Amino acid sequence: MIEWLDTIIQGVLLGGLYALFAIGLSITYGVMRVVNIGHGDFLVLAAYLALWPVMQMQLNPFLAILPVAALMFCLGYSLQRILLNRTIGPNPLAPLLATFGLSIILRNGLQQVFHSDSRSFQIGALGTDSIAVGGGIAIGLFPLIVFATAIALTVLVSLLFTHTRIGIALRATSDDAETAGLMGIRARHTYGIALAISFALIAVGGVFAGIRTTFTPESGPAALLYAFEAVVIGGMGSLWGTFAGAVILGVAQTLGAKIAIGIGILAGHLVFLAVLFFKPTGLFARTL
Amino acid sequence: MLRVRNLVARYGDFQALFGVDFDAAKGQIVALIGANGAGKSTFLRSIAGLMPSKGGEIRFQNEDIGALAADEVVRRGVSMVPEGRRLFRSLTVEENLRAGAFAGRAGRWRLETVFALFPVLRERRANPATALSGGQQQMVAIGRALMSNPDLLLCDELSLGLSPAVVKDIYAVLPKIRDEGVSIVVVEQDIDMALKAADEIYCFMHGRVTLRGAPRDLGREAISAAYFGLEDR
Repeated sequence: MIEWLDTIIQGVLLGGLYALFAIGLSITYGVMRVVNIGHGDFLVLAAYLALWPVMQMQLNPFLAILPVAALMFCLGYSLQRILLNRTIGPNPLAPLLATFGLSIILRNGLQQVFHSDSRSFQIGALGTDSIAVGGGIAIGLFPLIVFATAIALTVLVSLLFTHTRIGIALRATSDDAETAGLMGIRARHTYGIALAISFALIAVGGVFAGIRTTFTPESGPAALLYAFEAVVIGGMGSLWGTFAGAVILGVAQTLGAKIAIGIGILAGHLVFLAVLFFKPTGLFARTL
Repeated sequence: MLRVRNLVARYGDFQALFGVDFDAAKGQIVALIGANGAGKSTFLRSIAGLMPSKGGEIRFQNEDIGALAADEVVRRGVSMVPEGRRLFRSLTVEENLRAGAFAGRAGRWRLETVFALFPVLRERRANPATALSGGQQQMVAIGRALMSNPDLLLCDELSLGLSPAVVKDIYAVLPKIRDEGVSIVVVEQDIDMALKAADEIYCFMHGRVTLRGAPRDLGREAISAAYFGLEDR
């Protein structure tokens, strides 16, 4: 019994990492109704961007998140303004194809520069320390930090959406971009901010993923898949729904792996398919 | 204030406006009447920057605004209450009103003055805007448009889906807004309401202006002819 409880706790904590992957995707879908196919590859790019300050300047990986998130914020805004805004319109295929193309370019570019060697970030004892919570259950300190960060960032993004001027612009544009234009809200700028926030969040997810495990230029599609599954399970465009979806995915994966090693990922996919089948709008669907 | 010459608009191959001329002076309420599909809403949308004009000229306060997008037109002082109100459904009443202020124009219209105009909105400020009654939603839509401190307010089908009593209340507000220095162009299907409220009437039919003038100068028969095209029979 304790073993199962332990497995569920590990799954919940893993869900924290998936939430960091997924919240950015949820934002871009919620505001622009666009799925960024390159989401996972940009997450991997963020991890590679953090390599330089960590390797060359011996910067702590946690501190490296700050400049990388700032850089990714600027990259997201520029990419949306310069390229992706041109693809938004009546044809939903255009942004899908554009981001799909970007993901291929990015993956091959990273392959050229960094080759296929797997990389990771070292954080010393923090990576293995755990807290005993009694009953033979121990919670890893790093997974706990990841989970707490995911909650903190979800709260922060929620507050940004509900309590700030740009939050009103983001929600208004999400509801009705044409009418938002009548108010003087510039959709092209608002969309830029949405992708910028999304990219800043995947910078956190990318570095945390690089601490938890290894990454290669090929790691992007898996990250996209987990992010997408979390968003669909939770309900497209709902921040806390996405968070819950990520936790459900994490628990499904760890429980699956507990039942039989090797079916963990499959168990996550099955939960995703079950939600798609029985409740295609997601478990907690609402708009941002 | 607003001067439109020879305006042409199209939806793909379908031509919706055929060389419309239009003038609105400062402090005027102008009503556009006409049957469904006459081109009234298209005309309003063209001025607001929601659809590109395919010919002609739109000048507002001596500036050519014909090629500007909606978010630029509102910064020049032209604001719109869209057909069907189109409130932001995930925003509260107050947030909807605040959304109206993004154009950043200074003036007397702010949250407090809108609440003074529509006191019921103050009580409902924290409610989701779409949870309000139709009449109250129309008040939010008008208040939201005023929050940009416009010089010209375009209102598309204010009475759509509202009871006559509510429509009367909504129309009672227009002179107050006009008296604050805001000119108003309103699209209205209810001819009686338009004749009562407006200083000048434009009648549209098949994308053309068929009649214009002050309500007191226009006879019932002339309006019917312009509205229904009776002179063609």
